[in-house]
Amino acid sequence: MNLGIFSQRTPRAVDQYGAPGKGNSTAISAVTIVLILGSWWLVTQLELIRPLFLPSPEMVISKFNKIACTEYYVEKLLTAVGARAEVEAECHGFSEHTLHEHILWSLYRVFSSFFLAVVTAVPIGLAMGMSRLARGVFDPPIEFYRPIPPLAYLPLTIIWFGIGESGKLFLIYLACFAPIAINARAGVRSVSMEQIHAAYSMGGSRRQVVRQVVLKAALPEILTGMRVAIAFGWTTLVAAEMVAAKAGIGVMVLNAARFLATDIVFLGIVVIGAVAFVFDLLMRRIELALVPWKGKV
Amino acid sequence: MTSVISLRHVGMEFPALQGLGSVRALEDVSLDFRENEFVVALGASGCGKTTLLNVIAGFLSPTSGEVLHKGTPVGGPGKDRGVVFQKHALLPWLDVVENTEFGLKLQGVGSGERRARARENLALVGLSDFEHYPIYQLSGGMQQRVGLARALTCDPDMLLMDEPLGALDAFTRENMQELILDVWRKTRKVVFFITHSVEEALFMATRLVVMSPRPGRITHEYDLDFCNQFFESGNARKVKSSSDFIKIREEILSIIYGEEVGEQPP
Repeated sequence: MNLGIFSQRTPRAVDQYGAPGKGNSTAISAVTIVLILGSWWLVTQLELIRPLFLPSPEMVISKFNKIACTEYYVEKLLTAVGARAEVEAECHGFSEHTLHEHILWSLYRVFSSFFLAVVTAVPIGLAMGMSRLARGVFDPPIEFYRPIPPLAYLPLTIIWFGIGESGKLFLIYLACFAPIAINARAGVRSVSMEQIHAAYSMGGSRRQVVRQVVLKAALPEILTGMRVAIAFGWTTLVAAEMVAAKAGIGVMVLNAARFLATDIVFLGIVVIGAVAFVFDLLMRRIELALVPWKGKV
Repeated sequence: MTSVISLRHVGMEFPALQGLGSVRALEDVSLDFRENEFVVALGASGCGKTTLLNVIAGFLSPTSGEVLHKGTPVGGPGKDRGVVFQKHALLPWLDVVENTEFGLKLQGVGSGERRARARENLALVGLSDFEHYPIYQLSGGMQQRVGLARALTCDPDMLLMDEPLGALDAFTRENMQELILDVWRKTRKVVFFITHSVEEALFMATRLVVMSPRPGRITHEYDLDFCNQFFESGNARKVKSSSDFIKIREEILSIIYGEEVGEQPP
């Protein structure tokens, strides 16, 4: 295997000579993942680190089963199909909620904020790209708040909205808004002058040119903005759930940390990572379906 | 013969980059485009060919003079003047036939009729078998043919072509010259065609306009007949290697190179 950055060996027939980073890296990534999980298991098995600092994989899995009430639901299912007389297992969850309730609460918060951000930031970003007035109006506030970490204005959202759901949604909404607006604005620039001229010279009105040419041409960048935004949304979730939330993956992690339940902290992190990863895969599929021309013209 | 488009003393000045004075891109250009004409503008870079085309298309307003379409002043782009661009300017989210019918869709023509007219024009440029191809899977020559079919589908009085063959390889380019002439003969549109290939200009034009830079203006006009010779013989190489063709080609080359070494045009 050649691990060099720049290959100076004789290239194989199908390779470009000197192309940086060529070749498929999936197998290497698989090895990395196995090594990380393996050394995690080995270190805890040999008791080199105390479980308070690094719980073993088995502990995390058993916590998953306990909080997700795996046994309870399996027995319930068996009872329903008549293979079992009654449900004996108990279901307590963690912080008075089961794992899927935590996940659903967090999904609800992230996706409703994300949805609100999409329906407002896309039109505003497009307007910024197409109109001097809109750009002049929206540029200063967006550029001002964008680099501020959400934790810094978290207290402000509590003062304004109280400790209910709206403050949490607002915090995540702000995190999602800026990347979508900025990408939509940049997307307007990906339409070529010739495409606009062509539409006008075929009798198009300004409204038609905006809707049928500019908007379509901006779509790839809008989708990129949405991918970035949803990642920001997950990042901000834990901060949003720091204040007076009863359920949510962030709440679960924060409460677990308070009781030094490191295994649950691990579980929460893995769950957030997994959900975010699945959504990113989904977005890539959507991209492929909606904008198959991306990067080809 | 009646003029479809007339330019009357058209001048165009752009502010200079350093903010001092201005650049005269066009000076006192008067030109008539009559029925069935194939007018080719030829000149070195910066002689105002593209500016002239943009003024006729309505993408630019001249700073002096006027452009008339059948006697009425032109106030902006319109479907009576179709444009074929140097880079195809097609819409990648539409397939070949959807791109071709796009103009009629903008004009509110019903889907059945616009599909039929798009198909006719795709057949005219030889792309009937590629109706549902995405445009990014076509070669450069085929993309330009879609651009031509798209402009024709709006049935304009005049076709404006801004170096449509400039980005193509030499073989494709010669084939496209013949295809464009063929389309012109069948549709009888007035064509304004820009190029900086002398041979292409001579081969295709019924009237050749030679332009010169600083300020951009028309210095010579020729009435030509080589395209009709091609229609009669069907042999482009024979036309291009005839002694008449070579003689006038050398004459025009000496005009253009003469300017480059600083001689005054006659």
